[in-house]
Amino acid sequence: MSLLGLDTVEEKDFAIEEFLASEETKDLLRFSTAGSVDDGKSTLIGRLLYDSRNVYEDQVRAVTGTVAGAKKPTIDFALLTDGLRAEREQGITIDVAYRYFSTQRRKFIIADTPGHEQYTRNMATGASTADLAIILIDARKGILTQSRRHAYIASLLGIRHLVAAINKMDLVDFSEEVYRQIEKDFSALVKQFGNASLVTIPVSALDGDNVVEPSTRTPWYTGPTLLQHLEEVPVWIDETTKPFRLPVQRVIRPDMNYRGFAGQISAGTVRRGDTILALPSGRTSRIASITTFDGDLESASAPLSIAVTLEDELDISRGDIITTPLHRPQHATALEASLVWFDGQRLETHKPYLLKHGAQTVSARVTRVLHRTNIHTIVDEAVNSLGMNDIGAAELELVRPLYFDPYAENRASGSFILIDPHTNATLAAGMIRRGLSGADAAPIHRPALIFLSQDAFVNEVEHALLAEGVAVVRTRVQSEKTWASLLHLGLVVLVEGIATERAKKSLGTGEFVVVDATSEKQIPFGNDNQKDDKQEGDSPSGILDELRARGVLTARAGGKA
Amino acid sequence: MASPTTLELDRIAAPTAARLSHLKLLEAESIHIFREVASEFQKPVMLYSIGKDSSVMLRLAQKAFYPGKIPFPLLHVDTGYKFREMIQFRDTIAKDLGLDLRVWRNEPAIAAGANPVELGTQRCCGLLKTQALLDGLREHGFDAAFGGARRDEEKSRAKERIFSFRDKAGQWDPKNQRPEIWNLYNARISPGESIRVFPLSNWTELDIWHYILLEDIPISDLYFAKEREMIVRGDSLIPTEQSFVKSLPGEAQMVKSRLRSLGCSPCTGAIRSDADTIPKIIAELVTFRSSERANRVIDHDTDGSMEIKKREGYF
Repeated sequence: MSLLGLDTVEEKDFAIEEFLASEETKDLLRFSTAGSVDDGKSTLIGRLLYDSRNVYEDQVRAVTGTVAGAKKPTIDFALLTDGLRAEREQGITIDVAYRYFSTQRRKFIIADTPGHEQYTRNMATGASTADLAIILIDARKGILTQSRRHAYIASLLGIRHLVAAINKMDLVDFSEEVYRQIEKDFSALVKQFGNASLVTIPVSALDGDNVVEPSTRTPWYTGPTLLQHLEEVPVWIDETTKPFRLPVQRVIRPDMNYRGFAGQISAGTVRRGDTILALPSGRTSRIASITTFDGDLESASAPLSIAVTLEDELDISRGDIITTPLHRPQHATALEASLVWFDGQRLETHKPYLLKHGAQTVSARVTRVLHRTNIHTIVDEAVNSLGMNDIGAAELELVRPLYFDPYAENRASGSFILIDPHTNATLAAGMIRRGLSGADAAPIHRPALIFLSQDAFVNEVEHALLAEGVAVVRTRVQSEKTWASLLHLGLVVLVEGIATERAKKSLGTGEFVVVDATSEKQIPFGNDNQKDDKQEGDSPSGILDELRARGVLTARAGGKA
Repeated sequence: MASPTTLELDRIAAPTAARLSHLKLLEAESIHIFREVASEFQKPVMLYSIGKDSSVMLRLAQKAFYPGKIPFPLLHVDTGYKFREMIQFRDTIAKDLGLDLRVWRNEPAIAAGANPVELGTQRCCGLLKTQALLDGLREHGFDAAFGGARRDEEKSRAKERIFSFRDKAGQWDPKNQRPEIWNLYNARISPGESIRVFPLSNWTELDIWHYILLEDIPISDLYFAKEREMIVRGDSLIPTEQSFVKSLPGEAQMVKSRLRSLGCSPCTGAIRSDADTIPKIIAELVTFRSSERANRVIDHDTDGSMEIKKREGYF
């Protein structure tokens, strides 16, 4: 027993140089699995790890003989992979667990996800970074709604390679007829969802048939074993030929002579001397160098993390995108996107959320829910909102234009998450389908910090601003840092509390407006110290008038009133 | 290893421009994480434990910000029981690389003579590691802390996020983890809350060693086999570094041995080994019969003890 199947050779015969040389050529395949307790998913993974000699003896000892009533100690393969106490107690896998194993050909990362409907979000998470998905089907039961759901989620998240593992073949006497019927039905199903390639394999996870070793009990099956297929399926071939995209994470500037734009290439290839376009500035320049710790590169491809320097001094900062001028990303302030809702808090239209896309975060609102997909029937249903584990589609409006590619073309530049600016919860994952507007739509407001003292009044002001279409967020947090970060996202921030002189001074200069409606005389405070005698700060319309006068609300926002 | 047949050699294709090695892919992912945290948090810190994982993490941080310097300090939580060679190694590295290294110790507990023999490993770790770590983070006001934990180390870590949210008390709730999808990390926290970040999440023990070899990363001598004085008790080799670890007559012997993971000297067993080079260590690893943390006392106290520790704030 060893990590690499070397149990048949003596340790002294182990040729480390050969081993290391082959290690260096290994690439990486990420795959996800989805299944429920009785599908035998954990058993399949345990079997894959055990038969490919990726389990240590102490781990096997820890899960041997733990099944009550068994006559002799048996290995419970499922226990090799079930981690948390809560799960071992409940006997189910409730979160995404990541497993690692390798063969002579490849390293593998498994995102092992729970299969129940109430864990749709976990399944989507596991699928998001996977190149391949294994969908387990119980040979006795055929294609259940849950297999359909798994295939749908894998397709939605853009997984190109699907594997249907028809499990428990031992319980149907390795019947070719049973297998062929499921194969045919499932193939038809996958075609409905998109253009992912499908390979179907008859297995018995419990006995090991066709998992690592070919089974003698399925003479009618001539395809690869599961592991053979995992080793041979091609990955990462398309990404390097796509249009170049480098989301800028950080500007590296150790001294006046070096200014590098650092990020992880999300698609394509860049070469020294290439002409690039920086967005949103729209300026072009040429790549002067591709810098890495290991020396400058002539070219670099996705998904390498690099830094580039340019021939000209362009003003580029975190959140910008460096791309090729030949194939620009699209841009829009309104998007149509598929959403997977994560949080217990339901989607509320017109409530400001933070949208994180690449290295930038902008304020956004869902303006309309288009539909929810019934994950049993895969039929779209008209709804007004989405709740936890719902999958649907919606329209969103952003305060700044977003540069993106549709998710179907580029996972990295087509995906986003929604964050609640108040609780900081990750609310949803989004996959952009298309842009709905050009970049011309000007933002309808400027960021502002408004201090209000009474709860009831805060509600009124919040509703009045929401009715105007303003991205507003309220907070009780008394932290300048928090306020500043919300303002930088373009939000109007309502603070339930007392304005500090320090905040007024530090935030009320430059691009932000600070309004203090808490002082006794309710006199709004301004960054330009403009005193106003109108004393209208005690009604929501007074506050709105003040905001208009101060240029926080633009004409477009006022139009609805 | 038997020589591969021609057929097998064909299958093991060399990486092309379009086919990066798994280590390059892991490196790119880790660098992305470092840059994301350094850009989104006000005051990040790297937890530096002196071990091989910390050494790899340090190299990745250098790469992430090259040609700039690492834009955050390193924090070493010193229990007072670290091997002397570990402390020497730490100070040499900090000096050679010009690092901003901070050290935090739970001085009251150390002064009171806290040790695992009297307190038991759980309470000793609680005081000297977990408590010291939480105090150190709070005292400095760090809002994000990089740790070198890997998901392959232990089962409860398999579900750990890369950005692991901690509440105001520094605690982890495995049932209430933030969803983490694609590589879009939610870095938003309220004042007093913090995030632990694990850039090595997807690395395995073998990846770490292979990377150390390829990148020529300096590591502590304790990893390499040499004749060391050990208390030999059954299958266990206990280093004689601490005076309160009493040996019976004949137990203390010179043994060719090394450490697989670096911890506190009273609680970290050595293994018999001839591996005095990194290729030999890798050869030993791939023909090994137990997982890396098997010689750490703390993980085995109760089933799922690592999970309990993590809930309390341990890394």
